[in-house]
Amino acid sequence: MLRLRNFIGQGAFYVAAAAVTGYLAAHPIYHQVPEGDAQIKLALQHGGARVADCRRFTAQELAKMPSAERRPNDCSRERIPVAIALSVDGQTIYEDVLQPTGLSRDGASKTYRKFLVPAGRHVIEARLRDTKRGVGFDYEKRLQAELKPWQNLAIDFNAEQGGFLFR
Amino acid sequence: MSDPFPAVTAPLRAVFDEAEKQLSKAFPPHWNPLLNLGALGFFFYWIIIASGVYLFIFFGTGASKAYSSVEYMTSDQWYAGGLMRSFHRYASDGLVVVMLIHLTREFSLDRYRGVRWFSWLTGIPVLLFVYVAGVSGYWLVWDRVAQYVAIVATEWLDHLPFFGQPVARNFLSPDSLEDRFFTLMIFVHVSIPLIALMVLWLHLQRITRPRINPPRGLAIGAGLALVALSIVAPAVSQGPANLAEVPGAVGLDWFYLGAFPLLETLPGPATWSAAVAMLLIVGAAPWLPPLKRPAAAVVDLANCNGCSRCMSDCPYNAITMQLRSDGRPFEGEAVVDHSLCVACGICAGACPTSTPFRRLSDLMPGIDLPGRSIAAIRADTDREAARLAGGTRIMIFGCVNAGVAEACRSRAVGVVGLACSGQLPPAFIDYVISRKLADGVIIAGCAENSCLNRRGGMWTTDRVERRRDPRLRRRIARERVRLVWTGRRGLADLRKEIEALVVSLESLGSDRPVRDREIAASEPGRSDA
Repeated sequence: MLRLRNFIGQGAFYVAAAAVTGYLAAHPIYHQVPEGDAQIKLALQHGGARVADCRRFTAQELAKMPSAERRPNDCSRERIPVAIALSVDGQTIYEDVLQPTGLSRDGASKTYRKFLVPAGRHVIEARLRDTKRGVGFDYEKRLQAELKPWQNLAIDFNAEQGGFLFR
Repeated sequence: MSDPFPAVTAPLRAVFDEAEKQLSKAFPPHWNPLLNLGALGFFFYWIIIASGVYLFIFFGTGASKAYSSVEYMTSDQWYAGGLMRSFHRYASDGLVVVMLIHLTREFSLDRYRGVRWFSWLTGIPVLLFVYVAGVSGYWLVWDRVAQYVAIVATEWLDHLPFFGQPVARNFLSPDSLEDRFFTLMIFVHVSIPLIALMVLWLHLQRITRPRINPPRGLAIGAGLALVALSIVAPAVSQGPANLAEVPGAVGLDWFYLGAFPLLETLPGPATWSAAVAMLLIVGAAPWLPPLKRPAAAVVDLANCNGCSRCMSDCPYNAITMQLRSDGRPFEGEAVVDHSLCVACGICAGACPTSTPFRRLSDLMPGIDLPGRSIAAIRADTDREAARLAGGTRIMIFGCVNAGVAEACRSRAVGVVGLACSGQLPPAFIDYVISRKLADGVIIAGCAENSCLNRRGGMWTTDRVERRRDPRLRRRIARERVRLVWTGRRGLADLRKEIEALVVSLESLGSDRPVRDREIAASEPGRSDA
């Protein structure tokens, strides 16, 4: 037979269990980014130039090929690494040489990075080299922006749309 | 049967024992939440399914519709959709809590090795599925928490070399978000719990009569707590997701998302390695090292009449009845699957031929434990009885897993060890009392409803209370028998019970000779088989 003391004990257990569950379901608050900071997110997936330029097969070479495998050009699959640099207010915060992916190194170079900067006015410059030029960059973009606290500035890259995209 | 990790399990066991003891002060034994973790898990699961079906009706799949549809349910339809959302969330939290406690408790009790490896191993994917389903559920709301979850989860997945394009790029900026992700998440969120249910079915395959429904009182209590919590602190969204902003401060559900800050801040290879290593260690735990199992129960066909009581009482489906193979005129015979037997001896306790009165032939029951035979228990009983002296003598039959009976041995108290309290055939009580080997009998076992071998305490109680075969014979005064379910931390309680039984027996003292004469007159010749 359940007595009042049992009911009080059970009630206390349920209240405690519900309180702990209710609290931990949304507390304590997690601060992912300090207040007053903004985030720059750089995401890139871009294939560099081929290691060797394409050349046309000679007539003799084509003649030696099985008819089903004949193609006009001989192109290497391997790509060169892509060099990338990101600076904020003239200070480089990220610089890397991104190796091509794939077993044959014929895939795109990829990166995905996040950087925290103090909110406020900044000059952000992104540069990328995807050819064999050695020095300098093939794509450059500069943005002067007023970054608000907790703003997320995304930097994407699409060669067909002109290179870097600030979003 | 030695525990391989005593430094870890002993403190855990102490915590669980204490919690069990405290809870038993408020809850009847069969309502104790700690002893109904699996059933509570199922209870929460059904609430999640029912509330989820309702929420799905109103949920808008897509980046633009998800948040607004959830807000509609939470605010405009707070009395139904809002409550359902809260039930869904808090029942999910309850589910993961009881699952983790269940896993930890089974580990602390060393109930994961030997034949129990199957239940342990099949429980691990269930836990993973519940986590995946929970995380995908947070994603669907598409508020700031969802944004945080989506980004951290996909960034973590991107550390694996499987994805051609980084999955996290889909959450780079507002214009990169596509509805197909929500379709995928809905699929994951609906299908994974169904898969988990199928694995749960496997999880329970090797145990008989699993408790999948909590006792009504516990279900009502847990349900009311859920309703109260949903009304007092309803689940709400934390503002719409906006990929142009970082969800800088979010209220995480720490039950499901507690590891996310670590996934976000620690290097991906380290967190993946830790996760895989943890999974492998937990998965391999039953064999680290494997349990040295005592010999399984054996059937002696010469004494087995195919009554099937052993099959009914076996907690692990280790006994089946098959057609008679020895030509004797019985329908069936018991067959033990050695790979499923935990050597608890409950089958021997159920066998009607396990009677210590047998003297003309060897005491060989129809089914017995080679490592702790009924004959050995009778020999120990006789030896202990011969040693007893004093006014009121008590014989304790103590489960070795409960482990406290030995400490009570004295001139007037004899102790006989059992593999499980359920191993004791009630005929032993009759034997001790009617042969005047002792004045009273105590059966001491694991805490009530918490038998290490499952069901031992329950079957013993039913046999002694004459509700289940083999029953305690009516000639034995019930007052002479006490059942003490205290577990490992119950030495003080057991001593109190001994004292109380002594007092009780002394008050019965004058009746004893009369009753014994009545017994002899009413049941002549029935005692010696």
